[in-house]
Amino acid sequence: MPRILSKEILAPDVVRFWIESPHIARKRKPGQFVILRTAEGGERIPLTIADVDRARGAVSVIVQGVGKSTRQLNAMDAGDEVLDVAGPLGRPTDLHPGRRVCCVGGGIGAAVVYPIACGFKALHGRVVAIIGGRTKDLVILERELREVADRVVVTTDDGSHGTKGLVTDALQALLAEGEVFDEVVAVGPLPMMRAVVEVTRPLGLRTTVSLNPIMLDGTGMCGGCRVSVGGEQKYVCVDGPEFDGHQVDFEELSARLGAYREDEAASLLLYERERLAAGEPA
Amino acid sequence: MAKKILQKTKNPMPLQDPVERARNFEEVALGYPVDLAVLEAQRCIQCKNEPCIAGCPVEIDIPEFIRQVAERDFEGAFRTLMDRNVLPAVCGRVCPQEEQCEARCTLGVKFEPVAIGRLERFVADYANLVKFTDDTPPQPPTGHRVAVVGSGPAGLTVAADLAKLGHQVTIFEALHKAGGVLVYGIPEFRLPKSIVEREIDGLRRLGVEIRTNHVIGQTFTVDELFTELGFEAVFIGTGAGLPSFPRIPGINLIGVYSANEYLTRSNLMKAYLFPATDTPAIRGRRVAVIGGGNTAMDAVRTSLRLGAEHAYLIYRRTRKEMPARAEEIEHAEEEGVEIIMLAAPTAILADERARVRAVRCIRMELGEPDASGRRSPVPQAGSEFDLDVDIVVFAIGQGANPLIRNTTPDLPVNKWGNIIADEGTGATQKAGVFAGGDIVTGGATVISAMGAGRRAARAIDAYLRAPSSDGFSPTDV
Repeated sequence: MPRILSKEILAPDVVRFWIESPHIARKRKPGQFVILRTAEGGERIPLTIADVDRARGAVSVIVQGVGKSTRQLNAMDAGDEVLDVAGPLGRPTDLHPGRRVCCVGGGIGAAVVYPIACGFKALHGRVVAIIGGRTKDLVILERELREVADRVVVTTDDGSHGTKGLVTDALQALLAEGEVFDEVVAVGPLPMMRAVVEVTRPLGLRTTVSLNPIMLDGTGMCGGCRVSVGGEQKYVCVDGPEFDGHQVDFEELSARLGAYREDEAASLLLYERERLAAGEPA
Repeated sequence: MAKKILQKTKNPMPLQDPVERARNFEEVALGYPVDLAVLEAQRCIQCKNEPCIAGCPVEIDIPEFIRQVAERDFEGAFRTLMDRNVLPAVCGRVCPQEEQCEARCTLGVKFEPVAIGRLERFVADYANLVKFTDDTPPQPPTGHRVAVVGSGPAGLTVAADLAKLGHQVTIFEALHKAGGVLVYGIPEFRLPKSIVEREIDGLRRLGVEIRTNHVIGQTFTVDELFTELGFEAVFIGTGAGLPSFPRIPGINLIGVYSANEYLTRSNLMKAYLFPATDTPAIRGRRVAVIGGGNTAMDAVRTSLRLGAEHAYLIYRRTRKEMPARAEEIEHAEEEGVEIIMLAAPTAILADERARVRAVRCIRMELGEPDASGRRSPVPQAGSEFDLDVDIVVFAIGQGANPLIRNTTPDLPVNKWGNIIADEGTGATQKAGVFAGGDIVTGGATVISAMGAGRRAARAIDAYLRAPSSDGFSPTDV
């Protein structure tokens, strides 16, 4: 079973794992994801591959603990084994050489734009990264992005770090000061991606978003991850996860993400009670 | 000796009470007890021309195993089955025997045929109970290595047949559990997962290696199976693909499922145990399943077990045209499924939270026969009606999975994306690559996929043993 090689807390409830998976590390391209299970009876959790280390035969995933499954994963430690890791899944990012790209990552979305930024940079592009969070502690991967991007702009809602404001404010400011982009890549919470798409739409600026719908098998068998893109039915697991943001029906996607909200809350509550009863930190 | 009086009808198999079973996931059919099995086997007249064998896609020596049951030689009967069929406990449960072996039974000309399926199931279950194992030693190792993509009925059959011939076989399965449709698709109440596991364990004992979490086309391409992993032949049995939805408003509302998703949540992910397991399924109080095949029956019967108060099956033709097995339709009705015939959905209606509130249907009448020979449904203008439901499940077929096609450009597919393969050998137009099951034929049955696996195994064996691969075309097999 795949072993967790290291664990690092990047922000409250946000953990970076390096997990042994040589086949996946060997094959993975930016933009792809894995499906991971922690235990028997557990969910199949889709997670973007944030980075790979081919020498160690490992992939890294960055996990925000929001529900039972992600919290259960985040409670695991280096040396533990997860039950299953399958991948790399999805289509790789559509990378083109020499592009001027703005990578916008909201919160945990930075973990998804980071490998994409690396991909464009490897093809001699100019990469500007905008990452943001509610507050300083929630901004992740700033150091890593500074190593790869030509320019990094950080925003926080409360002004505790970088510029006070939203990532869209920063994008608008960059465009106003004359930065020219061939493409924007935006990943983060749905409202953020929607806002970015509305900034770029009037400019006709190509904007790619990476979607994270509810997914089950991740291999094109169940159709649960379907989204409407330009009026067409698309399956995120095999047609995506990246799509033209100007074509995505975000409202529908947002509704579908809430399909199991009550079940998820009940499951989390039960899990926290069990952990409390076992004397473990919830 | 007095001549025995021939019993004209099949001995019925005991079933769980319909009211009770509609609320649990325990197996519906309970199987023959020993004496009843012997009695049923004695109905076989051991006719000379053995038409039943020709009706079996994997050519089980049916009269022989039935004779052995009649003589209480259950171990012998088990070996006869295993000689031709590596999944007897599965086939005894899910094969459409009424269209195959039993349809040809000589006894069936005048009376009811011998209950061949029930006897096959009895022998397999009895063998498990008393721990018979098939200890036929495999042939000496040939040193040839074969990759099998997908661990459903086709892949398992190919793997077993080739392993018995001494080849080294590795199965690559995309999901975390082996078995394909037998574990994600067919429900526990029709095919207990412990039975599938037991039959797969048998394969492991034959030396077959099973690698789960390997998505071929992604983790490795078909070409990499040859070039990097050193396999000499590849069999593709990836099964069902992207589910189909009709082009009607509302199909992306919350509460609209493909049968694949609904069944996978329940069967593979065990949503019926939620929150003890972590993957939920929406517990619809009023559920509509669209379709008339076995998958539709599985979905609608699953909905009852997940707590539905009303489970509707909506089919655009009549009961007579339903592709599902008659027995499945009967079982569904006994359990309280309400069948709405001659109707098809035209829209799914939402509440204010984008959840399903109703399905709008239109009445059909049957017109002229279509290409399939069935009378085609014709919508009746102005006949729309709304049925209040909170879940709609579509079981109307599926397209081909794109993962292998997208990464294997020199593997020809037809206009639906299904792999083109020779029916008799499974050979594709790519050297060393064979295919069979639903990825070739589109949605079909477990046993037809096994039959394709059997034929492909023979062809792969011949391909591997061919003196030189130079100038050898696998289509010549």
